[in-house]
Amino acid sequence: MGWYNKRLSKSIWVFHVSASPCNNCDIEILDLLTPRYDVERFGIKLVGSVRHADVLLVSGVANNKVAPKVKYLYEQAPKPCFVVGVGTCPASGCCFKKSYNVPGKVEETIPINLYIPGCPPKPEAMIEGVVKLVEVLNG
Amino acid sequence: MKIDYIFYLLIFPGLLFISILGLLIGWVDRKVSARFQFRVGPPVFQNFNDFFKLLGKETILIKEGVITIFIIAPFIAFAMIVLVSSIIGISLFYSTSFGGDLIVVMYLLMINSVMIILGGSSTGNVYSSLGAGREIKLLLADELAFILICLVPIIKSGFQLQLDGIVSSQIQYGSYIGSISGFISFVIGLLCIQAKMALPPFHIPEAETEIVEGPFMEYSGTLLAFWKLNGFMLYVTFPFLLILLFWGGFNPEGPGIIWFILKYLLIVLLIIVIKNTNPRIRIDTALNFFWKYASVIALVAVVLAVFGY
Ligand code: SF4
Repeated sequence: MGWYNKRLSKSIWVFHVSASPCNNCDIEILDLLTPRYDVERFGIKLVGSVRHADVLLVSGVANNKVAPKVKYLYEQAPKPCFVVGVGTCPASGCCFKKSYNVPGKVEETIPINLYIPGCPPKPEAMIEGVVKLVEVLNG
Repeated sequence: MKIDYIFYLLIFPGLLFISILGLLIGWVDRKVSARFQFRVGPPVFQNFNDFFKLLGKETILIKEGVITIFIIAPFIAFAMIVLVSSIIGISLFYSTSFGGDLIVVMYLLMINSVMIILGGSSTGNVYSSLGAGREIKLLLADELAFILICLVPIIKSGFQLQLDGIVSSQIQYGSYIGSISGFISFVIGLLCIQAKMALPPFHIPEAETEIVEGPFMEYSGTLLAFWKLNGFMLYVTFPFLLILLFWGGFNPEGPGIIWFILKYLLIVLLIIVIKNTNPRIRIDTALNFFWKYASVIALVAVVLAVFGY
């Protein structure tokens, strides 16, 4: 599978799952996809349908209302599919930790492969995170 | 003779050649588009990586809807594009006819759109059916102008329908693009193939921003890989057809091959420039454009061709 993983690591199509964040991480993700950072040179592309996705970029805490939808989206994505938690929210709950409508960690809803902490993380940090994912794929 | 045909279909102007050249030209498209936006752009083998990655992913089938059509649509479209590219390629490179004339080519080219419509509407997804509906309207819009401009080389070559007849008449009397009617129909043809390939400004069926890839939304894995490959192969088929019909075909002697490559790259570059400098238009604007202006101009070109201009 080494050959296939190499192809996969060179062509990562991301799908943006906004699971009740404060919206700041989403803005940073959009920054990442602008011409200034140009992630297309690594083969990373934003796709609109979860059926085409290789990586789900999850931002936010996944509150009671959103958590089932996030789970559904993950189930609908074709495997192999990786989940990247963007921001401190999916990692620990951040400032929404004690909120009444947060069921728990995102990890309890879907498995998360990689965390990119920061509130919000810079686009450079996200690129580094994706590079780490690629390194894992390449073995 | 039979062995020759298998070689034609599978290797040289057929499957292998078209798919590899298509993926490479797809890279040119992405790279030039990236330079338009002051980006660096993807590496050369990006499309190959995408294609092989998609081949290895899980293919999710639909639960409701017509599953047979869902599965066979991309493969039929793929087979038809390979066939039509072989017919065009054999007339270009070997100056023989492959049992098909211009009418067959026009029908086969339409099958790709028909398959997109069938595949999109078989899924039962709202966005996919919206995209399929838009594809029907776009097909209705551009088909009339496309058929009219295909009439011009037929008339100019003395009512020949065979592709090699059109090429040899151009080699004898000069390319049709040098005449007024030929030039007009070449320009209209460029716009028509833009619509047939569903590229901006006519990417109404797959509009990523509103109906997220439209007909292809439910496709994943291998089936999606073939849809993507089909899209890239059209980057070869349509410019070859334009060169064959209006721009003198392919001359195997001397610098002919360099001229051919330059002509091909120029047409692809024009397509990319149009693609990158125009925003998407609405479906009614597209119909308006093709029926009110493009078809009328194409009709004028046909009349001019009849009078020998
Ligand atoms: S990590 Fe911070 S910036 Fe990102 S969504 Fe959570 S609270 Fe907002």
